Amino acid sequence: MDLIIVLIPTLPIIGFLFTVLVGRSLDRVPVHGHADHGALAEHEAHEHATHDADDTGFRTIPSEEEQALTSPHAGHADDLANAQGADGVIPPELDDGKGQTGHVSPDGPRPRYLSWIVPTALVGLAWVFSMVVFVNVIFGGNTYHVSVYEWIAAGDFHIEIAFFVDGLTAMLLLVVSSVGLLVHVYSIGYMDGDRGFWRFFAYLNLFMFSMLLLILGDNYLMLFVGWEAVGLCSYLLIGFWYKKPSAAGAAKKAFVVNRIGDVGFGLGIMMIWVLLGTLSFDQVFPSVGGLETWQVTTIALLLFAGAVGKSAQFPLHTWLPDAMEGPTPVSALIHAATMVNAGVYMVARSNPIFAEAPIAMWVVAGIGIFTAIFAAAIALTQNDIKKVLAYSTVSQLAYMFTALGIGAWVAAIFHLVTHGFFKGLLFMGSGSVIHGAGGEQDMRFLGGMREKMRWTYWTMVVGSLSLAGVPILAGFFSKDEILGEAFNRGYPIFYLVGTVVAFMTAFYSFRMIYMTFHGRWRGPRELWDHVHESVPTMVAPIAILAVPTVLVGLLLGIPPEGGVIHGWLGAVFEHVEEAGIQPGSIAAGGHHGFELIGIGGLLLLVGATVAVLGILLAYRWYVTDPEAPARFVERIPLGFGPGMYRASLNKYYVDDIYQLVFARGGVILGELLWWFDAKVIDGAVNGVGWLARNIGGGLRKAQTGRVENYGLGMAAGMVLVLIAFLVWR
Amino acid sequence: MTGVPVLSLIVFLPLVGALVLLFVPGTAHRAIRWIALLASLASLAASLALIGYRPDGPEFQFTENIDWVPAFGMGYRLGVDGLSAVLVMLTTILSAVSILYSWNPITKAVKEYYISMLLLMVGMLGVFVSLDLFLFYVFWEISLIPMYLIIGIWGGPRRIYATIKFVVYTLVGSLLMLVAILAVAIAHASAGHPFTFSYVELRGFAYTDTLQALAFGAFFLAFAIKVPMWPLHTWLPDAHVEAPTAGSILLAGVLLKLGGYGFLRYSLPLLPDAAKAFAPIMIALAVIAILYGALVAMVQPDLKKLVAYSSVSHMGFVMLGIFIFNMQGLQGAVYQMLAHGVITGALFLLVGVIYERTHDREIAHLGGLNARTPHYAAIFGLFVFASIGLPGLAGFIGEFLVLLGTFRYNGYVAGITMFIVIASAVYMLWMYQRMFFTVPSDWMRRFWPTLKDLSRNEWLALAPLIILVVAMGVYPVLIMDAVNSPAQRILDAVNASGGLTSFQLPW
Repeated sequence: MDLIIVLIPTLPIIGFLFTVLVGRSLDRVPVHGHADHGALAEHEAHEHATHDADDTGFRTIPSEEEQALTSPHAGHADDLANAQGADGVIPPELDDGKGQTGHVSPDGPRPRYLSWIVPTALVGLAWVFSMVVFVNVIFGGNTYHVSVYEWIAAGDFHIEIAFFVDGLTAMLLLVVSSVGLLVHVYSIGYMDGDRGFWRFFAYLNLFMFSMLLLILGDNYLMLFVGWEAVGLCSYLLIGFWYKKPSAAGAAKKAFVVNRIGDVGFGLGIMMIWVLLGTLSFDQVFPSVGGLETWQVTTIALLLFAGAVGKSAQFPLHTWLPDAMEGPTPVSALIHAATMVNAGVYMVARSNPIFAEAPIAMWVVAGIGIFTAIFAAAIALTQNDIKKVLAYSTVSQLAYMFTALGIGAWVAAIFHLVTHGFFKGLLFMGSGSVIHGAGGEQDMRFLGGMREKMRWTYWTMVVGSLSLAGVPILAGFFSKDEILGEAFNRGYPIFYLVGTVVAFMTAFYSFRMIYMTFHGRWRGPRELWDHVHESVPTMVAPIAILAVPTVLVGLLLGIPPEGGVIHGWLGAVFEHVEEAGIQPGSIAAGGHHGFELIGIGGLLLLVGATVAVLGILLAYRWYVTDPEAPARFVERIPLGFGPGMYRASLNKYYVDDIYQLVFARGGVILGELLWWFDAKVIDGAVNGVGWLARNIGGGLRKAQTGRVENYGLGMAAGMVLVLIAFLVWR
Repeated sequence: MTGVPVLSLIVFLPLVGALVLLFVPGTAHRAIRWIALLASLASLAASLALIGYRPDGPEFQFTENIDWVPAFGMGYRLGVDGLSAVLVMLTTILSAVSILYSWNPITKAVKEYYISMLLLMVGMLGVFVSLDLFLFYVFWEISLIPMYLIIGIWGGPRRIYATIKFVVYTLVGSLLMLVAILAVAIAHASAGHPFTFSYVELRGFAYTDTLQALAFGAFFLAFAIKVPMWPLHTWLPDAHVEAPTAGSILLAGVLLKLGGYGFLRYSLPLLPDAAKAFAPIMIALAVIAILYGALVAMVQPDLKKLVAYSSVSHMGFVMLGIFIFNMQGLQGAVYQMLAHGVITGALFLLVGVIYERTHDREIAHLGGLNARTPHYAAIFGLFVFASIGLPGLAGFIGEFLVLLGTFRYNGYVAGITMFIVIASAVYMLWMYQRMFFTVPSDWMRRFWPTLKDLSRNEWLALAPLIILVVAMGVYPVLIMDAVNSPAQRILDAVNASGGLTSFQLPW
């Protein structure tokens, strides 16, 4: 079993190395043909002979049809059109296709890809091993601890490369390796025609390695290693289509904003070690009780800062919507189902620390509930299908933090699991839509697509029903468990706000469905003829994900607040339960069972009703009466309506404020210091040099050349030291 | 050991190469390059013997001891502990890389160039293996002159200004250091001991507080200028910008480490009381350097200047680690020196690659290179992330350990310093984005058709650095074991001291 655990993260890194080294030679990708572009043609012809064999024989002239396929609406981001539209960014005569990005011509020779085989097979194997471990941990009740080698040893600081698996890790393994494998399969179809195909699979494997390291690590430093490594992969994959300035900027933004959180996370880790002398989970947690409250609170808040960055909570949420610049499989895997959960995982893992720090718990819950409603309020008005899902992800993660903050640990992890499945489904579905619509991802120019995309339509409806929280679907159970816990534990405000958010969620998820799949096609006519269902490698993973989206809630969540998942995760959170700590000041007395006829049943009914109302409102506004939203905005009193709409559409201007204050401010500070460096410090240096030269001018008659500095310095120094020595001796 | 003078071989094999070159006609470029490369590789091969250093053995191993000027107590005393052993290996590797890289770019005065490079090797290696203060001083100065020539002859347009600044700056420091060395030896002798410059002898002596303070100040100037510590750093960007690529590699990779090594080998063990007393101000300067260097790097329009200012920032970590006086700090500082040598050496090499093709280093002029030179972009990216301190690569371990030690020293200081994590990501990734992503500038397009990816020679020069940057990040304990006991000794010396008692410093 030890070997299996070690192999789980090792297999993807092997895949990464393999693909980096030989991936390119496995694919045969036709290059954009611009061989007829005047002056360069001769040179290119010359290069044929000397460069990779890949280049020869695949050159085609870009057709008008290809031009038409690129997005007809200037100014909005979209996946495929941007890959193709790289032509607009890189001057065509300079784009010889060696840059490994961009899309091949649709009517030229088809590319042949083999580089996906090894990465996908290895991730498949890792999935099998993950399931073996999952079964052993969950049903066998085991925990595993595998130590590989000593990584760092400096004085009394020792860190091992070691893995640790318990129920919590097993749940994460289930989500990460399952969605990871499906995204690999999905990408075979989605990335078809891309010149960077092999590079994409290499990055995906590197990500799988990093994420598995993150959840399997047995100490805070290993967690941090995985944490930073997934950040790197996120950077690489958001910036995958690097010719696009917006993608390049978004990649950098994601990394930098995450680093802001990492300042806190890093300091938290250091504080743990300085106070407790260890970073291993199994040694840190038992000794947390010996710390003073302010110390534990500080640690918890510092750690939480990291989680705010990685899980895109307010005020560090701004990177996640921008991250949608990456290819859609990336959005599904990294920015919905796995990496962004890392913050939730870290806080849940650190539950003994947070449980000792009530103030920190309040902060977690407060940030959570605020972000939930804040992000949902932005998702209401977004027109880009991926942006809706991105803000939805921020909002759903915020639900999890709310749950963590009120001590409903299991509910948070339950929602993490269900959300991982249904949000992965929705993102892959949106990718299928974008693919089918020739790269269009602005919902104002979509519509009526259910006619042509049956599978995508129905699976996305299932996903949206789950997101909206309609009964028997996974999202219903997990979300209502969070709301129920909020109510039972005595946080009525959180319950109320959470319910409002649930209503908004139902509304925006079906706004998305209706705008995309119902009504009539609003894009250009010639594009409609092109709309088609996606290839089986893309549809199959979506359909497979629909199964857990329907079933996971029923399997794990019944009865509500007491499903089997509570038994599976009980051991992880037992310190907290045993100590009888009810976080927050309004402690609810004990954990009473769920009654269908009673408070519990009523809460479920309210949850279901809210979801249905949200869907009905979306139906009325976007199917039966499309003029209604405009009328509603008009009717908001005091003429605030249009302003509120604009504020939501512009994400409440948070990005603009950050840009102004931090980005501009940082550059100005840098310029100021540079001026100081050049004028003041270096000015002083040159001034001293000037002085020395002038003093030396007197000695110039006696000496020649530049030896004067040497002699002067030597003599003066000697004299000074000797005087000093004699005086103070 | 077996009687083979390993250290002498390491130090003087390059000198042999230089002597042979004297007799080769200056036009036989190919032969000159091969002889220089072979000489550096021979030294590298000899330095591999240092892997045999046993961490649990005597403090100094591979020792050689020959009287030199017995009347003045000067001896040819060589020896290495773990600290110098790892730095010697860094030096031989980076020197071979530099000589290999210079193969094509250097076409002017080839013979003189390679002689300078080999002499530079002699000086740098000698500094690390000397166990005699006077010998140390001699090697220290030997390392200065070849670099003066390398910048002054093979450098860029403002090379004269830069090289004079470099030399005057460094000489001011090293002359004061000579005074301090003499003062220390005299003080030791006047207490009735035989007159000697032997490091081991001089180390155990309790110097008066006044002498310690003055000598520390003199050593400080010499070492701090070399590191360079803020605010004595302004020679560095100028020297780097004007230096040829190989000069920059060795300047950043090894010469700066002479300063850090000096503090570890001389300032702390010889003058522990003064070191302890001055530590707060050193820490303050180091923290300023770390953040200041990063912020100034952010706004540099010149690629090489950006990397130079990032060096100021990274070397600040070395100083911080040395003066917080705990094992995490010391181990981190040494590891940071090695990692910085590899990473920044590689970054300067990579800057040289694009400079050689376009003869320009304005970041604003570049752009979109990923589309044309993907291998170059990938390797550049690897070292950018190593520089940012990504775990799993060499840069992380030193930075993390220093920060950890700093937190142990004072949580608030660590909290302030930690902001480097953001700043370094900003300046590095912004630079990377402007160089490699988006579109080539109009200026860049002129080179586009003929722009070539990494050549075989460049791959060869980069290969050892690529291997090292990964290996040092994944499996650092080998180096840490070697450095453990030297670091412990330094720490013991400082911990045993009570600081300067006879007068009160203002902090």
